[in-house]
Amino acid sequence: MASKLLRCATTVSSFIRASPSSLFSRPRLLSGAASSDPPPSPPPTDLPPPPSPGGGISRNPDRRTSKSSLKDPELAKFSALADTWWDYEGPFKPLHAMNPTRLAFIRSTICRHFGKDPSSPRPFEGLKIIDVGCGGGILSEPLARMGATVMGIDAVEKNIKIAQVHADRDPSTLGIEYCCTTAEKLVKEQRTFDVVISLEVIEHVANPAEFCKSLSALAIPGGATVISTINRSMRAYATAIVAAEYLLGWLPKGTHEWSSFLKPEELVLILQRASISIKEMAGFVYNPLTRRWYLSDDVSVNFIVYGFKCKQ
Amino acid sequence: MVNPPVKNIMLNRLIRRSVLGDSLSVRAPRRSLCGPGEFAKPACAKNGSDEKQRVMTDGGRFDVAIVGGGMVGLALACSLASMPITRHLSVAIIDGNPALVNGICIDKVKPPDPRVSTITPATISMFKDMGAWECVLHHRHAYFDRMQVWDYTGLGYTRYSARDVNKEFLGCVVENKVLQSSLLSCLQENADFSKTVFPSRLASMSSNEHSPMTGGNDFSSGTTSGDLAKLELSDGTYLSTKLVVGADGSKSLVRELAGFKTTGWNYSQNAVICTVEHDAENWCAWQRFLPSGPIALLPIGDNYSNIVWTMKPNESVARKSMDEADFVKEANHALDQGYGPRPTSGFPGSNDGIFSWLKTDSTPSANEKFELPPKVVKLASERMVFPLSLKHANNYVSKHVALVGDAAHTVHPLAGQGVNLGFGDALALSRVIGEAIAVGVDIGEVSMLRKYEAERKVANLSMMAVLDGFQKLYKVDLGPLNILRAAAFSAAHYIPPLKRNIISFASGEQQLPPLFT
Ligand SMILES: Cc1cc2nc3c(=O)[nH]c(=O)nc-3n(C[C@H](O)[C@H](O)[C@H](O)COP(=O)(O)OP(=O)(O)OC[C@H]3O[C@@H](n4cnc5c(N)ncnc54)[C@H](O)[C@@H]3O)c2cc1C
Repeated sequence: MASKLLRCATTVSSFIRASPSSLFSRPRLLSGAASSDPPPSPPPTDLPPPPSPGGGISRNPDRRTSKSSLKDPELAKFSALADTWWDYEGPFKPLHAMNPTRLAFIRSTICRHFGKDPSSPRPFEGLKIIDVGCGGGILSEPLARMGATVMGIDAVEKNIKIAQVHADRDPSTLGIEYCCTTAEKLVKEQRTFDVVISLEVIEHVANPAEFCKSLSALAIPGGATVISTINRSMRAYATAIVAAEYLLGWLPKGTHEWSSFLKPEELVLILQRASISIKEMAGFVYNPLTRRWYLSDDVSVNFIVYGFKCKQ
Repeated sequence: MVNPPVKNIMLNRLIRRSVLGDSLSVRAPRRSLCGPGEFAKPACAKNGSDEKQRVMTDGGRFDVAIVGGGMVGLALACSLASMPITRHLSVAIIDGNPALVNGICIDKVKPPDPRVSTITPATISMFKDMGAWECVLHHRHAYFDRMQVWDYTGLGYTRYSARDVNKEFLGCVVENKVLQSSLLSCLQENADFSKTVFPSRLASMSSNEHSPMTGGNDFSSGTTSGDLAKLELSDGTYLSTKLVVGADGSKSLVRELAGFKTTGWNYSQNAVICTVEHDAENWCAWQRFLPSGPIALLPIGDNYSNIVWTMKPNESVARKSMDEADFVKEANHALDQGYGPRPTSGFPGSNDGIFSWLKTDSTPSANEKFELPPKVVKLASERMVFPLSLKHANNYVSKHVALVGDAAHTVHPLAGQGVNLGFGDALALSRVIGEAIAVGVDIGEVSMLRKYEAERKVANLSMMAVLDGFQKLYKVDLGPLNILRAAAFSAAHYIPPLKRNIISFASGEQQLPPLFT
């Protein structure tokens, strides 16, 4: 069950393993004049023509995805894809089900970290947060509603477009800056954030240690980092691979390589080497009766960690 | 959550007057809501009696639109206003009842209104948390700490006492208009809470899915935008919202427009309700089961009581129109010795009967003798007749929509649970909305609303099953089987855990009585 969540992450995997060298260098800026309303208003002058509707990974350097760069049929297409992504009963259902639980963990740790009022409706006001591997924006949008200034990145251009189209539907998520790029790329641009979050991504990364170093470099000194992944335990093997991929056919075979899963202590170690000191860890357990996820001490399948970047 | 321009226009303006009352037709012509230029200027505060032609007026954008400002709808608004995490929400309340605008007049000298509710301890603590209970205490209300339930066969009775559950009282009887006006003034006093009352009725509802935002960040035009539901009111006002709450009673239009089916039946029984006067004060709730249904006598303060008397429709017509003196005589007859004798003791035989072995561990009230209810001396209000039905919506929620109160479920008024279940809904929904905000989920998102539905369906359905079961048990004269019913009463009277369960379930403190699972 748990690993069904990972379907979304499969798209992320391809990008990081492929590590496209020159994805995209400038962050997309949201212009107030931009509009995705059909018929679209003319795009700002310096924008390139919209990408081909084929989606997938764009190798075109300096290509921007912006809502104003989408043409009518494109918009309709991505809008339909966004509906699927965001359908709580659709293919990403397990991810949606787990989302409030992940967010509850993030909310409580980040509020404590920055001394924010947890009873406030927008406790993250004033915080710059990056969501690495944002997919269709399932995490970025709630973070924006909680008041954060959010940047969501994903190397799969299709995901970015889906996320953008969806965020445009609600004024409270309109300000999210979505960008088709990688963490490494942003490090080179010397971008920094108060909080760096990367959920269900690291298990698909070719070199987790390097990836953690990039995440660390994106955080300001004293900033917070939140990472979630699957444990390399027998139970995780049984649920994520045998059950989800082979028995139930939820995920394409080969989605996960068990050997690339990290044990909690391994993750703690590589984060420590990247100057991130772990302060809290929790497991997710699923209750099939209530069909809800709960935080627990049981880290044997899915787990999440929160740490801070050492000031040095 | 609130977009600033709307807030600027609406903030703290409680009442928005527009064309009032001239059309209560639910079937206003459907118009299509489109571009911004098409609508007339935003409604301005005016007592427009001259406005004959319907103009489309933009009522604005709200986080939550509550359709129905009855007790449950207002309780939801109060609950949202009282929690730090939901306090910032902009809320619209739509109800054609002029009392919401003009205030509710409560004359303390006049006898109490026949429409009353029996409020449970759980509801009272909810009112206290919202800051509405103080206001109730300023008006007429009657706490009661004892309850006696018996039946016409004379075979058994049960006395419940607040002492059995270490409480000071079992419930409190309050006039509905007192509850409603307390909630209303609680809302009005909360100046920081952005609420707007639309004195009109809902006419139509549509979901404005997937239209992307227009005009960038500028919503001052009032264009409906984003993933919102649109409501059209019978006076021509339209508004958009993330969440529509149907608190519009048992004939809910929101439920109909959302396409929710209901399950239920009529009992082919009516309830006659009225206020009566005694010679002395009454501090106990009484319920006697008769062949055609129960009669309840609830204290409502001073020498007054409220009667809820269930009977066949033809009987109700007769009793509504009969002479006052005759009605009083029949009521007294129904409360004592009509249809059968007084119970002599807990069970055929005596108190030393088959349950005597339980006595060592008995509740305090188990030793109490059967008492006679106070005599009715005078009718003190008009007599009102209501048909009784049981109805339950198969769904409480869908995208952008949630039902609360009688819109979601109507129960037999047997145990005075109807509105308490509704208050429970209001509290649960406001908490779920708070949880959604806490984790940044859109409040119209059905995945979060389902949590509310799951929580309340269990509570509501089990109470409905209990009440319906009771009702069925008492509707028919079981003849020799009456003794079983009496045994059930006696068991409840003498077996402490069973009795405690019944009390705590009826007080709204327990979700599911182990007894009935
Ligand atoms: C005889 C009888 C006795 C009862 N006794 C008790 C008791 O002792 N204890 C108890 O707890 N409960 C009792 N009840 C039940 C109780 O009265 C209801 O549960 C309660 O009134 C429900 O409140 P509500 O706010 O959900 O609905 P309502 O009180 O029905 O309020 C609905 C509101 O919605 C408005 N509305 C309707 N349609 C529209 C529309 N299209 N647009 C805008 N507004 C609209 C109406 O104007 C109204 O103000 C009794 C019921 C009956 C019939």
